[in-house]
Amino acid sequence: MRVNGVVHAAPSDTRRLLSDHLRHDLGLTGTHVGCEHGVCGCCTVLLDGAPVRSCLMLAVQAEGHEVTTIEGLAADGAPLHPVQQAFHECHGLQCGFCTPGFVMSVVGLLAQHPNPTAEQVDEGISGNLCRCTGYASIRRAVVRAAELSKK
Amino acid sequence: MKPPPFEYHAPATVDEACTLLASLEDAKVLAGGQSLVPLLNFRLARPAHLIDINRIAGLDGIYERDGGVAIQALARQAAVEDSDLVARICPLLSAAVRLVAHRVIRNRGTVCGSLAHADPASELPAVLLALGGHVVARSTRGERHIEAEGLFQGVMETAIAPDELLVEAWFPASSQPFAIVEESRRHGDFALAGVVRAADRLALFGVAPTPVLADPRDPLKGLQPSGDLEATPAFRLQLVRVLTEKAFAA
Repeated sequence: MRVNGVVHAAPSDTRRLLSDHLRHDLGLTGTHVGCEHGVCGCCTVLLDGAPVRSCLMLAVQAEGHEVTTIEGLAADGAPLHPVQQAFHECHGLQCGFCTPGFVMSVVGLLAQHPNPTAEQVDEGISGNLCRCTGYASIRRAVVRAAELSKK
Repeated sequence: MKPPPFEYHAPATVDEACTLLASLEDAKVLAGGQSLVPLLNFRLARPAHLIDINRIAGLDGIYERDGGVAIQALARQAAVEDSDLVARICPLLSAAVRLVAHRVIRNRGTVCGSLAHADPASELPAVLLALGGHVVARSTRGERHIEAEGLFQGVMETAIAPDELLVEAWFPASSQPFAIVEESRRHGDFALAGVVRAADRLALFGVAPTPVLADPRDPLKGLQPSGDLEATPAFRLQLVRVLTEKAFAA
């Protein structure tokens, strides 16, 4: 499988979840693990460009596919990805635990709806939980991300 | 978290998958995994063998058949949601699939998987029942159609035999008027109760061990929903009454 453009072998242990593979085998700890049953959205990554829950996939299933994690959005020292920049500008994070999942979901949302309506914004982030309850600023960040993505 | 030990199989064809299902004891089919993997993670399911059908090419079709729309085993819910064909032939299915969890889940989850999983509170089994659709089950013994009315047998139990693979679901064209209305605590959660209207047919979900057909003039007849932390039986009955009114007001 390719992870952030780099080819890696799939783990030999077939019951390794993709989330655990990314974190423990590849050291990509930006993908967070919360509920591990698909509810919280913290572990969201892109699979061939579409957001999916990495805790609900076996790592072997990603063989032959392209996985993008939060680390793959912008290289160290490079300008932030528009969605990251928007979360930064709009204070779309407090403790930051849910943030990688939100950012990956929003990247997927904007790919599907480059100019999301308020309803599409709410629908797009409804699968991610923020325990700091910073949803108002996260909503603003999504709108800002749509603006920044066009520049 | 780690699923319990299992032997992993990734067949490349439907025939290979059927051969595996026929020869292995205690095997489970893995499609989108959005219901099965949580069960594995919690170790509520401990199958000896996992048959991952995601490597089977050409099993993700959505096509017109016999005046309805056929959805193959690997067609993701998101693809069904975005399908112009489904929107044209069976807009009820387009509306229903949007109520299934969240888009990120629908990017992996499959329509056929929801039917085979048969959670009593899920939308798609009730839609298949309201419309009078069927599923196509394949095994080394051959292929058969299972009508929706005989498919759902209990909580997460279907008439699909252990050696059969659900390869396709068929939804008849949804004639006007149609509606799907549900009540859940949060958007995307399982419904506390829900109703599907297809013309003059009514199916209920979340209020019995399986989705059930009901008389629109007396939807509560014979209904004995269970109670839990989220809703008492009386509240579920009240929801069915109100949601049915809403569905038939349209």
